[in-house]
Amino acid sequence: MALTNVANAPTPVIRRLKFVESVGDLVFKWSTIFFASLIILAAVWIGWELLINSSLSLKKFGLNFLWRQVWDPVMEDFGALPFIYGTLVSSTIALLFAVPLGLGVAVFLYELAPPKIADAIGFLTELLAAIPSVVYGLIGVFVIVPWVRCSLEPFLSKYLGFIPLFKGAPYGVGMLTAGLILAIMILPFIATISREIFKTVPQSLKESAMALGATRWEVLRIVTIPFSKSGILGSIFLALGRALGETMAVTMVIGNRPEIKLSLFEPGYTMAAVIANEFTEATSSLYLSTLVEVGLVLFGITILVNGIARMMIYRSHRSAGLGARA
Amino acid sequence: MKTLIKILGIFALGLHLSAGFAGAEDVLINGAGATFPYPIYSKWFDEYHKLKPDLKFNYQSIGSGGGIRQIMAQTVDFGASDSPMKDTDMESAPGFLFHIPTVLGAVVVTYNIPAVTGNIKLTQAALSKIFLGTINKWNDPEIQKDNPGISFPDQPIIVVHRSDGSGTSSIFTDFLAKVSLSWSTKVGRGTSVAWPTGLGGKGNEGVVGLIKLTPYSIGYCELIYAQSNKLPIADIQNKAGKFITPSLGSVTAAAQGKIPSDFRVSITNCDAAAGYPISGFTWLLVYEKQKNAVKGKALVGFLHWMLKDGQKLAGDLGYAPLPENVNQMVEKAIMKIKVQ
Repeated sequence: MALTNVANAPTPVIRRLKFVESVGDLVFKWSTIFFASLIILAAVWIGWELLINSSLSLKKFGLNFLWRQVWDPVMEDFGALPFIYGTLVSSTIALLFAVPLGLGVAVFLYELAPPKIADAIGFLTELLAAIPSVVYGLIGVFVIVPWVRCSLEPFLSKYLGFIPLFKGAPYGVGMLTAGLILAIMILPFIATISREIFKTVPQSLKESAMALGATRWEVLRIVTIPFSKSGILGSIFLALGRALGETMAVTMVIGNRPEIKLSLFEPGYTMAAVIANEFTEATSSLYLSTLVEVGLVLFGITILVNGIARMMIYRSHRSAGLGARA
Repeated sequence: MKTLIKILGIFALGLHLSAGFAGAEDVLINGAGATFPYPIYSKWFDEYHKLKPDLKFNYQSIGSGGGIRQIMAQTVDFGASDSPMKDTDMESAPGFLFHIPTVLGAVVVTYNIPAVTGNIKLTQAALSKIFLGTINKWNDPEIQKDNPGISFPDQPIIVVHRSDGSGTSSIFTDFLAKVSLSWSTKVGRGTSVAWPTGLGGKGNEGVVGLIKLTPYSIGYCELIYAQSNKLPIADIQNKAGKFITPSLGSVTAAAQGKIPSDFRVSITNCDAAAGYPISGFTWLLVYEKQKNAVKGKALVGFLHWMLKDGQKLAGDLGYAPLPENVNQMVEKAIMKIKVQ
């Protein structure tokens, strides 16, 4: 009798445990699904709200809005091309500076620097990302703008003035300065993430390359960079996303002029900046709806950029996979 | 588990009690609008709170446009604006809105010309042509002829304007549109306009910063910003033909003409001979019929105080007090606010 007792007693307990476990799992599963779907919901909802609130302007200007160059709040005649141009050009300049610089920092920290120095510089790089953008704007206004006006722009126009990009009067504020500020702001994204990606390169691969007589540079070129290509691309696009949407620092140094000029010395304007600047005093419904449409265009461009990023990362994954197999 | 529930219970009780106390005694009046008078408004609300500790004001300086939108939607108890509401807005508002002038502000023209010290004089025509871009060199005869003692450099003029929509731009462009036909047809007036030339700076501080850092630039900002940054200020020619230095006195003088009973008036290019021509009122927007008796009474009480003691605080912060005749008119208007 004692035997049956021992055998029978635990069964309901186990059953109950199993039940609890499966309920717990279910709750866990569905709550995480719920949280994940909130993200999708938020993105769709933002897009929907932008679309609804810009309907007035969408109706009035139609697709022409994207390639017209007028911006006249008094006559209520609007086109977004100068802002689209300014956003894309300032972000491109930023990438041109930040990608080589960021990758250089990452390679140095990972490959060359002694650990103590690497940690210190790594920490400082991450700190750059934590500085509020208005502080970057102030540094831009008080330090970078005078330097660009008095040193960089005269230098560029003297030696490269035959290229239309570097012609014109040196104002200090303008597209070039905005690109420089943005480059400093997005540098930590590229440097920090790339460094972390480099850390995931298997030591054995690097050691085998070295065993075959590769120099440090060759190891970097043949093993480290190809192995972490998709990660580096990801970091660059994350940085680009930040550059496209940056508002405060850019508006403080770009000159805020809705015109398309070839020269990088000339003032420009970005989409995020015009929304921040004009939203508070936009009284008429058409004006307000136009600013929302600028937001919609920015939203669309961000989605497009991220989509291209996904595709490039996916491709580089595949080619990396094939390369490894071959 | 039980202790946790107990702790939570105590917290909930505490929250409930503190909320109860706040609700029983304090009156919170919400307002939103113009950024231009924000320093004086926050000073007033602070001082008035010291007088009446159970009364609190919460003012959000979100811009005149936002202030008009919010008071029309009745999400705030009062609005504030640097430019009078349009007739269409007045009609679509759910009740009649009083425009209560509070103080006067001046928009001054400031510049950075190395080697030129002292105040330059600008005629109405010269000023509008500089901002239109038709006068683009400092040594243009039209600037030179009114400033015989100053030798201007042969340098291009860099115009600086506000990039954000603002009451300051509204007053400035209103003046230019009144004095220049080509400005009013080509550009017009508004909180944001399509500037024919120049760089945009965000906020008064952005414009002042750009002017300070850019040699041969000219721009406009509120009086207090130019004064506190020790920037030179141009004398501007008024309607009577006199060159007027902006000061609290000359700004108050600008409002001494005929003022309509609803106070929705622009006083740029004023008739007064001693008046500075680029001045303007800033208004509080208050419904004629106050729905909430407690808040309505408190608001009316504040307005009376603002006209008497509040006006004395304006000068220190760079705002010109209302002239006596306007002050009396406003006093009468406040009497008409009905508290139900």
